[in-house]
Amino acid sequence: MITLVKRPTPSRGWAFATPVLAVIATMIAGGALFAALGKDPIAAIKVIFWDPLLGPNAAYFRGQLLVKAGPLILIASGLAVGFRAGIWNIGAEGQYIMGALAGASVALAAYPAESHLLFPAMVIAGALGGWLWGMIPAVLKVFFGTSEILVSLMLVYVAQNFLAYAAFGPLKNPEGFGFPGSRNLQQYASAHNPELIAGTGMHWGVVAAFLAVIAIYVLMQRHILGFRIRVAGEAPRAARFAGVLPARLVMFCLGLSGALAGLAGLFEVAGPNGQITDSFNAGYGFTAIIVAFLGRLNALGILLAGLLMALTYIGGDMAQLMLGLPTAAIQVFQGMLLFFLLGFDLLTHYRFRLGRARA
Amino acid sequence: MIGGIDIVTLVAALMAASTPVLLAATGELVAEKAGVLNLGVEGMMILGAVAGFATAVTTGSPVLGFLGGALAGAVLAGLFALLTQFLLSNQTATGLALTLFGLGLSALFGKGFEGVRPPPTPKLDFGPLSDLPVLGPILFHHDWIVYLSLLLVLATWAFLKFSRAGLVLRAVGENDDAAHALGYRVIAVRFAALAFGGALAGLGGAYLSLVRVPQWTEGMTAGAGWIALAIVVFASWKPERVLIGAYLFGGITALQLQLQAAGYAIPVHLLSMAPYVITVLVLVILSATHRHGAPAAPAALGRSFHASS
Repeated sequence: MITLVKRPTPSRGWAFATPVLAVIATMIAGGALFAALGKDPIAAIKVIFWDPLLGPNAAYFRGQLLVKAGPLILIASGLAVGFRAGIWNIGAEGQYIMGALAGASVALAAYPAESHLLFPAMVIAGALGGWLWGMIPAVLKVFFGTSEILVSLMLVYVAQNFLAYAAFGPLKNPEGFGFPGSRNLQQYASAHNPELIAGTGMHWGVVAAFLAVIAIYVLMQRHILGFRIRVAGEAPRAARFAGVLPARLVMFCLGLSGALAGLAGLFEVAGPNGQITDSFNAGYGFTAIIVAFLGRLNALGILLAGLLMALTYIGGDMAQLMLGLPTAAIQVFQGMLLFFLLGFDLLTHYRFRLGRARA
Repeated sequence: MIGGIDIVTLVAALMAASTPVLLAATGELVAEKAGVLNLGVEGMMILGAVAGFATAVTTGSPVLGFLGGALAGAVLAGLFALLTQFLLSNQTATGLALTLFGLGLSALFGKGFEGVRPPPTPKLDFGPLSDLPVLGPILFHHDWIVYLSLLLVLATWAFLKFSRAGLVLRAVGENDDAAHALGYRVIAVRFAALAFGGALAGLGGAYLSLVRVPQWTEGMTAGAGWIALAIVVFASWKPERVLIGAYLFGGITALQLQLQAAGYAIPVHLLSMAPYVITVLVLVILSATHRHGAPAAPAALGRSFHASS
């Protein structure tokens, strides 16, 4: 009989190998899913993973890669810090919406004035909007002991309704012929978050995402606060004896992830998306959770995971166009990836032994 | 009639509006009593909604639809159990994965069923009882699932309080190591509790798509599964309080819908926020009052169990 034995310390080798294994397993299971939907599995996998990078129209899609990966990486790097400390912010989608709303409101209030100060002001407002929305579960957890998981998630639905209210009400374009949705910020020079280098998809949000990765790396590896966060997550009792204040960590982690999600929302609404509409949020806040785990809650891992996840988005769109694969199939694919990842993680913490374990 | 709101209609509507959440919350309560925190309720509910809908439409039988929904929920819960109990994965993360996966899978399966009407689920016939003033519409004017949900709450309460198996389940949830040392099969108990929770969440989802709406639309559960999780906390892990919590929540939903219909000058989107805002408020009030009282959560909630000997 095979038994599981806990490793004294997590295996470093498996920690690197499991995400790769999970991706391979997802490709196999995903291929089976596509076959069940009546599509050629090999062709589907090739369209999703190969064509956007090296296929005939790859030049266009490579630009899209950064556009999609930017917000995912930005949000996931904030979430990962909290997850390391055992603080579960799963309402990034709501913080993303509120950041976009706050930033866009600043721009729309200033319209049509042109100024170089407008965009920085929007960035600050976006970060503040997300920060505020993230601080609600933080404050409630610290003062009342409310579960941050449930509160942050409930606030996603509140934010979504608020977004719809804003898009149909206060932020509606007065010259929009009665259509819901705000003015298009892409046509407002001071507020536009443009592509910085043509054809690359690089915009300020992508720059912010790279900066966030570096900052999170330094914070977690080189800074005492990062050490405290890791201790608090891995050994809460030890952390308390070492004088780590849980309340401060909760505020810091939820505030940071909220602000980064808010920034992602702002950059998206001022750039690639352009407009506040009742459905402009594309679920990045939830996919970022997968990115954070796929990247093993590690800054550099998140960078790679974000790019890979962006690839599945673009590949999914392509597969929809070329093979008629439903969009939801990609969502299933992403969900499967997280399952395999969590399942294979067993190998990092345990090893198998033949025969019964001796006590 | 108070301010354009008919109280009798409101109470009758409340019972139907609460049923999906009541079912899901009762199921989750049993899983949490066994010490497993399954955050995938939303995913199991929506998969139940689509599976129930598809089964009912293709077979023409709502009863088979409800069974199909429950089965789909239980199967998804089985996947969660496999990951958390055998592969010892983190329960919070796995629950989230379950929700994301369920939302995607349901959207995939549901594509062909949009805009279709399901076979109707008739209201039970109580004869003259249904014509009683006030009591008639409130108590004797529902379909069978509403009564089944009440029965299930009662059965769950009795099971946990009076049966030996219920005692074992609670023991597993309070102290898994001790239960294991006494010779109880921790993993098997948790597997069963999770499957039961999944079946009830799936049933609740099927009720949503077959009776409440009745239609299939993508993402139609709209957070009902998360509210079910909040209700379990609200109920301090007691079945009878789950009933109160679910009906309170259903009351707010029904009231909010009636306010929209009564034409009050409040923007629709702000009214639609109400159930979520109130859920947060209730959680806050509850956590604040419980702060210094006895912790009500099962002691082993959310911990992985690995028998070292």
